[in-house]
Amino acid sequence: MKAVYGLYSTPESAQHAVDTLRKAGVTDRQITIVSSEPLEHYEFAKKDSKTWMNWIAVLGAATGCTIAYLLTSITQKMWAINTGGMPIVTNWSNLIIIFELTMLGAIFATVATLLVTAGIPNLRKTKLYDPAVSDGKILVGVANPSDANTIERVLRASGRGTLKTIG
Amino acid sequence: MNPIAERQMTDDILRPVLETSSKFYLIVALLGTFVAAGIGTWFYQVYNGLGVTGDNWPVFWGFHETNFVFWIGISHAGTLISAILRMVDAGWRRPVTRCAEAITAFALMIGAMFPLIHLSRPWLAWWLIPYPSERQIWPNYRSPLAWDFFAINTYLTGSLLFLLLPMIPDFALVRDRTTGFRSRVYRALALGWTGTPKQWARLESAMHIMAIAIIPVAVSVHTIVSFDFSMAIVPMWHSTIFGPYFVAGAIFSGIAALIIAMAILRKVLRLENYLHPIHFQNLGKLLLTMSLLWGYFVFNERLTTWYGNQPHEMGVFWATQAGRYAPLFWTMVFCNFILPLPILSIRKLRTITGCVVASCGVVIGMWLERFLIIVPGLGHKPITFSWGTYTPQWVEIVIMAGSIAAMGLLYVLFSKVVPIISIWELKAGERELEHMRAHAETQTAAAEATAGELV
Repeated sequence: MKAVYGLYSTPESAQHAVDTLRKAGVTDRQITIVSSEPLEHYEFAKKDSKTWMNWIAVLGAATGCTIAYLLTSITQKMWAINTGGMPIVTNWSNLIIIFELTMLGAIFATVATLLVTAGIPNLRKTKLYDPAVSDGKILVGVANPSDANTIERVLRASGRGTLKTIG
Repeated sequence: MNPIAERQMTDDILRPVLETSSKFYLIVALLGTFVAAGIGTWFYQVYNGLGVTGDNWPVFWGFHETNFVFWIGISHAGTLISAILRMVDAGWRRPVTRCAEAITAFALMIGAMFPLIHLSRPWLAWWLIPYPSERQIWPNYRSPLAWDFFAINTYLTGSLLFLLLPMIPDFALVRDRTTGFRSRVYRALALGWTGTPKQWARLESAMHIMAIAIIPVAVSVHTIVSFDFSMAIVPMWHSTIFGPYFVAGAIFSGIAALIIAMAILRKVLRLENYLHPIHFQNLGKLLLTMSLLWGYFVFNERLTTWYGNQPHEMGVFWATQAGRYAPLFWTMVFCNFILPLPILSIRKLRTITGCVVASCGVVIGMWLERFLIIVPGLGHKPITFSWGTYTPQWVEIVIMAGSIAAMGLLYVLFSKVVPIISIWELKAGERELEHMRAHAETQTAAAEATAGELV
């Protein structure tokens, strides 16, 4: 993988680098930003923040609810057990299991959506990353740039950061 | 955030993970010995049958059930408190959440073991799992024990995920700070996390949704544990107040356990710069609230029973108030109410030491409460000729000691592998504070400029 990137100490300088890249015609999709903490107060961190996760969680909950209802009611009909004069299908007490599996459905759907949309697990070393991020640096760069020299020039011109290249 | 302070923070919190002292091995060996003794005693019980315990007619539920309810109660500390604080975006939660969530996961694991320990034939425990059976013996979904299975497993799964997800960015951090085999392990645990804005946004959304989902699940779990008792026609069990009473008691003991764990971690791992007295004071206030709520529930339960004056219920009532169990009852009242009330309500006494003393009292008091709910009721059923008592044997005591050691051992091993304070959340908190300060300064400057123009 080829890449050109800068390491910045503050979110402000990272924002400046992102703005400079944009001005040079680099699209948001091409720009990679990596940080060791969420920086939700900065504009560059807000890209890709929209998600359907809430609705997928609701869908997961509905699926869990349906499965639980079918599990309890079908089982009780197929293997009828008379318990203390209660009806064969006891919806009141089944509500407990229905509730638990509904919530479990929502939890599983949320975690699955997180894993899929955040691209984890990804154990291949194909992503643009620098261990300096763990020390608090913010990485702003472009992976596999069509014109590496231009990107390098633009990032150098934005100043304040440490410039690095791969490949 | 100042880069030097940020690096210092990371180094401080990662120190216990990256450096190992001889004390660590000593503590692990000590706790491991108790755990091994507990496991060995359980095997002894399985081999010889439940006759070696104090469980006997009419009291078949003794220490094992008490410990089951107690540990499930302790588990309420973590995920529930963490989820509530996350929901309301309480900034002071950040150093506390992981300590709390870990308590939930381990206490649930230990608690869930006790029904198995209490089975004289534990190898048949899988009969509880809903599977298509050729013998047509499916679990009876009307049984509170089947409800337990679903509730505890849902809460355990949710709590483990709630604990694990925010650990991924911290694993990535440890991955970058280690070499060799350890680095490879953390590389696998970090799941290829880099920290793009998309990953952060998704993680925060997921944690928010999980927090919303886990709160009702946490409440349901202890309500359902209370149903194990309140669905039975046993004196002082068949009560509508049991659900909220158990939930309140669980949160109460959970907070106390959290305070004790935090104080130990603060001292042993030298985290004084991150676990401040204010964290203990805030948790102390919560503990005080729960102490009052607990007193309110006990008064309700006792007054209703006394006023009803049902003979079979009064048998249990007097056994606990003035009979065989009275010393335990009044110790419970002292530990849960009389001791914490002055310590936690007087600001000068609400120190770290004060909170720990009150919490130790609460943990003991809440264990006694679980015992007093279970045993006197079973020993005083409506027909007086079936009255009886329960005396624990060494088997139950050793297994109980083993379970306490297991909690300690799991916690020590956890804090060796995982940063016990969520580093990225702490950094985010500092950043948020800076942002709020900057925002306030901008607003003040703007207000001053406007005032100047008006003048």
